[in-house]
Amino acid sequence: MIGATTPAPTLIDGVPAVVSSRFGVEGGHTIDGYRSTGSYKGYEAIRKALDMGPSAVAATVKDATVLGRGGAGFPAGIKWGFTPAGVWPRYIVVNGDESEPGTYKDRVLMERDPHQIIEGCLIAAYAIGAAQVFLYVRGEMAHAQERIAAALNEAYAAGLVGRNILGTNFSVDIVLHWGAGAYIVGEETALIESLEGNRGMPRLKPPFFPAAKGLYLKPTVVNNIETLSNLPWLFNNSVDAYRAIGTDASPGTRLVAVSGHVNNPGVFEIPQGTTTFRELFESPIYGNGIRTGHQLKMFIPGGGSAPWFFPEHVDLPLEGRVIGGEGSMLGSGAIVVMDETTDAVRAALRLARFFARESCGKCTPCREGTTWQEKILQRILDGHGRPSDIDLLLDVGDNISPGPYPVASDAAKGLDAIPYPPKQTTICPLGPSSVAPITSAIRRFRDEFDAKIVKRNLIPVSVESFEDAPTLAESTDHGADTHV
Amino acid sequence: MSRLTPENVELAKQIIRRYPRPKSALIPLCHLAQEQDGHLADDAMVHIGELVGVTSAEVLGTASFYEMFKRHEVGKYCVNICTNISCQLMGGEELLEHAEQTLGIRSGSTTNDGLFTLEDVECIAACTEAPALQVNYRYFHRISNDDFDQMIDELRSGRLDDVVPPHGVLAKVRQDLAEEQIANITPPETQVMPRWIADEAAKNDPAASEGGQA
Ligand SMILES: Cc1cc2nc3c(=O)[nH]c(=O)nc-3n(C[C@H](O)[C@H](O)[C@H](O)COP(=O)(O)O)c2cc1C
Ligand code: SF4
Ligand code: FES
Repeated sequence: MIGATTPAPTLIDGVPAVVSSRFGVEGGHTIDGYRSTGSYKGYEAIRKALDMGPSAVAATVKDATVLGRGGAGFPAGIKWGFTPAGVWPRYIVVNGDESEPGTYKDRVLMERDPHQIIEGCLIAAYAIGAAQVFLYVRGEMAHAQERIAAALNEAYAAGLVGRNILGTNFSVDIVLHWGAGAYIVGEETALIESLEGNRGMPRLKPPFFPAAKGLYLKPTVVNNIETLSNLPWLFNNSVDAYRAIGTDASPGTRLVAVSGHVNNPGVFEIPQGTTTFRELFESPIYGNGIRTGHQLKMFIPGGGSAPWFFPEHVDLPLEGRVIGGEGSMLGSGAIVVMDETTDAVRAALRLARFFARESCGKCTPCREGTTWQEKILQRILDGHGRPSDIDLLLDVGDNISPGPYPVASDAAKGLDAIPYPPKQTTICPLGPSSVAPITSAIRRFRDEFDAKIVKRNLIPVSVESFEDAPTLAESTDHGADTHV
Repeated sequence: MSRLTPENVELAKQIIRRYPRPKSALIPLCHLAQEQDGHLADDAMVHIGELVGVTSAEVLGTASFYEMFKRHEVGKYCVNICTNISCQLMGGEELLEHAEQTLGIRSGSTTNDGLFTLEDVECIAACTEAPALQVNYRYFHRISNDDFDQMIDELRSGRLDDVVPPHGVLAKVRQDLAEEQIANITPPETQVMPRWIADEAAKNDPAASEGGQA
């Protein structure tokens, strides 16, 4: 279809819509729409929060266990508590740089319900005592920037952002900031560097944990767009209502994007921890089945950085700890489904290429390693692979993120673990992430790699061809003419 | 020309005011310059350096890190086709090939008439709507080869002018934060406990009102 289309509204099965209730609502992105539509009344939560006082607001978020939705799944309330006492000013940086391959949820939130994000920012700023909030939207998302700019203008005009909000002593500025195209800027310390006007290269942790030494080296809370979007519903309802959805360890809902070879790809809000991948792929309200006539070959459970899963994993619930225990991650809610028509080498190459292009270049193992991973996979795909290439790939990976890996001798012994969480020889997790798709593909589909490599080695070599070959003297003569 | 125009200097100053430190405005200002000229000109970078108080080399240092800043002229329309994993699965690479044929150029180059620059890009967060592409950062979802050709025709004839502004123009709505609206721009050097935190601390423990938040 031509035009700036957006996906179908989220479907929910017996669970309240926490963050997606205005996705399908015409005009839900305006201040009037925010106040009058959706699963709660907009800008009521901030009133309640202002009545509670900042400490009680922080305690509520902690009690509810609002997990970070940006990738690492760290509880927001605990993160807020890491800001050191008595150090001012504090800042909030909202991470709207969504660019993990397969991830599509923050953009929907920004385009469809910008006021929900603004109210979430207000609640967070009030709780931690932030002077300013910087809403960092990915550069390529022009429409999201427009929607947020318009929403901020409305909210300032209505006295909901700015000086003495709703007649109280709470004053905060929310500033729309936008990037310029670099995946690594999604990493929180790189985000901060970028916001300071620098190249988006990550900082070393420790000492630069943002909560202690963030923007301008002051205490800074970095939260994902979806994380903060949960707060208005939470304060309109209650900790108990929030914790009644999902599981004990992962309460609430989360947005997932199911893409690739399913009949009904889409963005869905699901209760955390209870839905299985099978339901997500097969239920008519979600994926509605693997493409008709095809079978599942593999899937990515949490974005391009996550190790792959296979058909035996489909009955696992989307619960962070369970998926972590199985050697992968839920990451950013990006589920990419691949059927049997997918070439494992080609898919691995595409992801390797992504990491090679997006490495910031600060650490040698990542800068050089990701480039070599791409080169080697490209030559295998092109039919120029060398028999040693698989071990070489694993060795390069081992230098970025130390093993154990399925090197040939280990495979014979049945060892095939991908280390998870990955070990790092680098400043940030981008480098180690680049290893995951490649080792996943090799560990499961080594035969596909072998087939591509063997083909090239079938160039006929016979006795006659040796006899026809020029003698050393002839070839040297010949060479003298041409290779001056 | 390609220093910022007087109107854009006013806009630039407004943007700079929103940040505790001027250098933070560097990327938004580079976008402003790109909006003005269609690409990020050398003179504009010098000017931006003057405005935010850094050398032009520092502006270049930052700008050259980011893919969206084009330091040379590009087409009026940048057609960015996603070939990352979800789009690859749904034919993004084949769509790119088709686009190369339709436009008669290789990915990474610009048509002779200066209208189109073609690029293959990383995930643009439209993965469930694959294959997806952007023209000047406006989304086009689930694009078939025919859709693509039709889109190019419509761009050529100007029928998509409302949807797709010329390259360089990002958001058509800006946050207008007038000076008198600004509440709390707080430079890092200040050690001020916000009012509402101080008031709560005083209420809970009138004796130790300046002790910081526990
Ligand atoms: C390479 C890399 C890319 C990341 N990209 C994003 C991103 O695009 N959006 C995001 O919210 N978090 C991203 N993160 C995670 C952030 O560093 C950070 O953990 C997150 O924004 C914290 O928010 P949360 O606690 O609310 O999840 C990325 C991390 C890494 C290492
Ligand atoms: S791991 Fe890669 S992306 Fe991360 S800091 Fe090092 S070079 Fe940069
Ligand atoms: S992979 Fe193409 S938009 Fe995400």
